[in-house]
Amino acid sequence: MLDLKQLKRLIKQEHSDLPRVKVALLGDTATQLLATAMRGVAIDMGFNIELYEADYDQVEQQFFDPDSELHHFEPQYIVLFQAVHRLVDDHAAMPPEQRGFLAQRRLDFIESILNDRAWEGCRIICMNYPEIDDTVFGNYANQVEGSLIYQTRLLNVGLMQLAQRYDSLSVVDLAALQAQMGRQTMFSPSVYASTEMVLSIDALPPVSYRVVQVIAAQRGTFKKCLILDLDNTLWGGIIGDDGMEGIQLGHGLGIGRVFTELQQWCKKLQQRGVILCVVSKNDEIVAKEPFRQHPDMVLRLDDIAVFIANWETKVDNIRAVQQILNIGFDSMVFLDDNPFERAIVREHIPGITVPELPEDPAEYLEYLYSMNLFETASASEVDIKRTRQYQQEAQRVELKRTFDNEQEFLVSLDMQARVESFNTFNTPRVAQLTQRSNQFNLRTIRYSEDDVKHLAQDPEVIDLAFSLSDRFGDHGLIAVVVMRPLDSETLFVDTWLMSCRVLKRGMERFTLNEMVEIARSQGYKYIVGEYIATPKNGMVATHYASLGFTQLESEPAKWILDVANYRTLDTAIRRL
Amino acid sequence: MNEEILNALTEIFRDIFDNEDIVATPALCADDVEEWDSLSHIQLVVAIEKHWHIKFTAREIMKWQNVGEMAQGIADKIA
Repeated sequence: MLDLKQLKRLIKQEHSDLPRVKVALLGDTATQLLATAMRGVAIDMGFNIELYEADYDQVEQQFFDPDSELHHFEPQYIVLFQAVHRLVDDHAAMPPEQRGFLAQRRLDFIESILNDRAWEGCRIICMNYPEIDDTVFGNYANQVEGSLIYQTRLLNVGLMQLAQRYDSLSVVDLAALQAQMGRQTMFSPSVYASTEMVLSIDALPPVSYRVVQVIAAQRGTFKKCLILDLDNTLWGGIIGDDGMEGIQLGHGLGIGRVFTELQQWCKKLQQRGVILCVVSKNDEIVAKEPFRQHPDMVLRLDDIAVFIANWETKVDNIRAVQQILNIGFDSMVFLDDNPFERAIVREHIPGITVPELPEDPAEYLEYLYSMNLFETASASEVDIKRTRQYQQEAQRVELKRTFDNEQEFLVSLDMQARVESFNTFNTPRVAQLTQRSNQFNLRTIRYSEDDVKHLAQDPEVIDLAFSLSDRFGDHGLIAVVVMRPLDSETLFVDTWLMSCRVLKRGMERFTLNEMVEIARSQGYKYIVGEYIATPKNGMVATHYASLGFTQLESEPAKWILDVANYRTLDTAIRRL
Repeated sequence: MNEEILNALTEIFRDIFDNEDIVATPALCADDVEEWDSLSHIQLVVAIEKHWHIKFTAREIMKWQNVGEMAQGIADKIA
């Protein structure tokens, strides 16, 4: 985390190459320095915030006046920062018998914004309220509905419930941040008295990171994978030297409890879809033994998607993990107790996050909590199956290593493909693939579920959905083709895309065989394909050439195949 | 006026305003530095408090008219 000075430096540098995001900041206290810090944090996280900052205390007017500057700005995100000190003012101004309605009043205001059509498509990011205990009722405040603390807590729970009901609301948990940092650090009475700023100077960076992390997660930037070292990271001691009975874990030995709790945290991350991997300098059998046998291990082999224990460098092994998972280094976190290993990994693998763990393992967890590494924009059931899929992929890579010959490896996979038309069962997945596939996608035409239904009903359209499985598991639906007749002799390939999970399996050859088969059976003589270049689909620039199509002289983006002269291509995939 | 304090203040001013030309002289005041508003003032104060491990009251923070008074306030605290 950068400090305010470093953030200000970042803003002064040239960053026009980074993408821009329009963010409005509305508050009822002085927010200028928060705005500055947020802009710096955004650059640190890879984008520019184009900021609109309302003069303070105009929150309601900016929202509800259709001619306000906020409306004209057309923000993608509105950060709403209503300070707990203003809540205290409102609380004081109310007659005591009405104070029990304070939280509901504020929640009604937020809900009216969420229901306002003017803000459709815009995300509201609302800071919640760090507690001030005014001790007017002492502990008895917990049973007085009109007390400040009672209303503050109601308000915070109410915001959580609103965020569950309204997809367009996100909450920034200032209350949790204050619990973590302490009110002494979060708030400075002298700063507040002289500037109307409710955050201390030192609180500005952590609060800004919290806010910008929410925006970054919405934009698809988040951590997907946690790579773990073993000795003195997941357990105390060295398994190779101390043996199963000697490592510290659980309630028995030394500070074992600390490592158990760290593992519990890792397990919860895994249960919500973060991929866990192990990279350790150890003999594999020795390293796996605690996962199999130790009664106090929370993590078991089933929880680990890729397990690498050998004597190669960690840098090489993390690269191997990346090859298997096929995700960016910037979505990986690496945990290791050894400062030397951390430095090497940080130096050689740009983008990876390597927390500078405290020397004392007892402090690991609190330190990791403070980093908020795993911000996310969703939590779905699909995420949970991910570990199994990556375990299968790791087994494939392991098998491949035993073959010198690519073709023999493919044969050994025992691949089977199913070919179907679009139907009610596969429509959601087909639409999702057309929306998400960027790399192996020849024309990048996006289709909604409704579009897919129309394609399925159109008798002229040839629509094909391909699923692939092999001896290790099922990839599900991974390729889509849509062809339309140009004339009575020619079919045009409107869409041809494939999931990158099944690259280099010969699936595109199998797909073309299928396309030609159908073209022939329906009496077409030619298939014409087109490559429309995008910043991301360079991998298929030579797709048609490599499959034997001939470039059209009149239109160099288009390629033609003579169906009569086509010879079925070899593949290792069996048709189901 | 204590030279050491002024030299340290110069460093702090340059840091906060990101301007290597600023020299903290006793007569320097907010009118002389364009970016010296209440928000940069509070950043100066917090940096000073950290540097000398001292703490100012809100009243002290708001009453200083120039760098000389600021330096005197620091000198009184660390005496």
